[in-house]
Amino acid sequence: MKELAVNPVPKGEIRGHFDLFDFLARYGTVIALVLLLCFNLAFTRNFATLQTLNVNLTQVCTIVIVAVGMTLVIGTGGIDLSVGSLMAISGALAPMIFMSKIVPIDNIALAVTIAIVVPVLVAGMFGLFNGWLIARFRVQPIVATLVLFIAGRGIAQVITNGNLQVFKVPEFQWIGFGRPFGIPAQVLIMAVVVLLAWWALRRTVFGRDVLAIGGNEKASTLAGIAVGRVKLAVYAISGLCAGLAGLVVIAINSASDANLVGLGMELDAIAAVAVGGTLLSGGKATIIGTLLGALTIQLVRYTLLANGVPDAAALVVKAAIIVGAVWLQQQNRVR
Amino acid sequence: MRKIDFGGLLSTYGVVIALLALIAFGWLRYENFLGMFNIMSVLRYNSMFALVALGMCFVIMTGGIDLSVGTVAALGSVAAAYSSPYGPIAGLAAGVGVGTVVGLINAVMITRMHIMPFIATLASMLAASGTALLLANNRSVPVSYQSGFTDLGQGNFVGLPIPAIIAAIAYILGWVVLNYTATGRGVLAVGGSEESAKLMGLPADRIKALAYIASGGLAGLAGVILAAQFGAGQPIEGVGWELFAIASVVVGGTLLTGGVGSVGSTLAGVLLLGILFTVLNFENGLGWISLSAYWQSVIRGAFLLAVVILQARLVAGETSRT
Repeated sequence: MKELAVNPVPKGEIRGHFDLFDFLARYGTVIALVLLLCFNLAFTRNFATLQTLNVNLTQVCTIVIVAVGMTLVIGTGGIDLSVGSLMAISGALAPMIFMSKIVPIDNIALAVTIAIVVPVLVAGMFGLFNGWLIARFRVQPIVATLVLFIAGRGIAQVITNGNLQVFKVPEFQWIGFGRPFGIPAQVLIMAVVVLLAWWALRRTVFGRDVLAIGGNEKASTLAGIAVGRVKLAVYAISGLCAGLAGLVVIAINSASDANLVGLGMELDAIAAVAVGGTLLSGGKATIIGTLLGALTIQLVRYTLLANGVPDAAALVVKAAIIVGAVWLQQQNRVR
Repeated sequence: MRKIDFGGLLSTYGVVIALLALIAFGWLRYENFLGMFNIMSVLRYNSMFALVALGMCFVIMTGGIDLSVGTVAALGSVAAAYSSPYGPIAGLAAGVGVGTVVGLINAVMITRMHIMPFIATLASMLAASGTALLLANNRSVPVSYQSGFTDLGQGNFVGLPIPAIIAAIAYILGWVVLNYTATGRGVLAVGGSEESAKLMGLPADRIKALAYIASGGLAGLAGVILAAQFGAGQPIEGVGWELFAIASVVVGGTLLTGGVGSVGSTLAGVLLLGILFTVLNFENGLGWISLSAYWQSVIRGAFLLAVVILQARLVAGETSRT
């Protein structure tokens, strides 16, 4: 790590002057992660095993996938509360399709393909609906996505009649249990989503537009950016990510419960984004930061649980981490 | 300025008209819809949500948001259940006390540490939930039935449910504070433009702090009623209450950007969303259709959608004219 050497933009300070807050705000998440790893290597039994790695990665996957979409949304200065409900919808649809409850499909490969594509697209459509409310009617994102937060889970419950759908379809559950090259398939899915989003945010006009809108929407409009279209896109992407995460969850569980899939996910995702260093007011976003943020939160929870601290106490610690991380960023910005 | 106020007024009356229409619909369609028993149970059950929404209304009028209310209510219910053997006053004090403390913590995070309300209260939401689970050892805490504590949720006074009376008193106080005190006017001023409010010499931070403290205290109070009504402190209750409260406030016509709002229409919003559920039950009772309880969230969402679009139209219309 060459952290100390890289500090090229002191914020209005004399060059070379070491700024503790700036340093912490930039690398706090990485430092926290490294400290956690060191602590675990020293004190948690059986930490340095492949199994531990797999447990943590598989648990963090769905949060990361959702949080990536959330990062783009927050980058535009918005927020998406509906992700958990959209996960429930896609999680409810998929089993209905591959168990031929809607239309009978004989070919299992075809059924599974449709069962993956259609629910994700449906979630994407709902995301597009969020974007439409926000771009067309200028409804505040928190209110606009509140609509589907409330109604979305209801829709999932209505189409399944609130019943638990249990299934055993190895072809579909590959996304939960498959291990190409020894790596869990869901981790691969997560990696692909992260890379795609990282590339889009860093290397494409779309990514620049996202940050421009979050930085100053009025200026972006005047600069000729199609603000409405970009907003539609980020909420649709957030919906797609949520849909995908919903499928991963039900594949792991071998069951889909519309009452539970994705419950509270919006908060986990927002927490990961915030801890990762994306500004919640928009204009600055980092996908890798989000990944690190999610890993940090997960590792904190794992550390506490592995050392006998109850889950409830882990919640309190998580809260403190979120506040601490955001406060540090705040210190940096005030200067 | 006047025109925007007009828009606010229109959406205020909108919710009252919708509420009256819904009640009229229920009265015409179902027997016993306006029967004493039904009215009382609607009031009793919705008083918790009304209290939470009142606090949320004040916070939103300052331009903020309080996501912690649901889990604070859960925490309050646990605290109240533990102190219920010492009587209703002790239960009230414990529940409202912990709620106020969380509100104070929110206020410090938001006004002193300058953390965005959304994130600050998200964190306290998690922390309150964790604390409630720790205190209650992950299970519900039975209340004492001998001390009279349960009257707070199940009792009647002059024929009215006590929780409804508590909520009514809270709303009257809230209405007076908002309309007839400097702090109340300050709430709207800060929400309208914090910058201008500060330049006018208003203690913006103190006003915001008071709103969060009140919201926490009211959520704690709702928790006390929850524990008294269902006979147990429930650490996992309150999930989604915050969003229900926000929905009620928005349906009531309060703008989430702050600066505009009304206590009365928030109450109307709570009742509207609550009575929708009752209507659904009655409709099922008729036997013509059989809508599962799951429909209620779909219908609530659709309702919120209609209101939001209507509100957006109104605001857009006003701003384009001025």
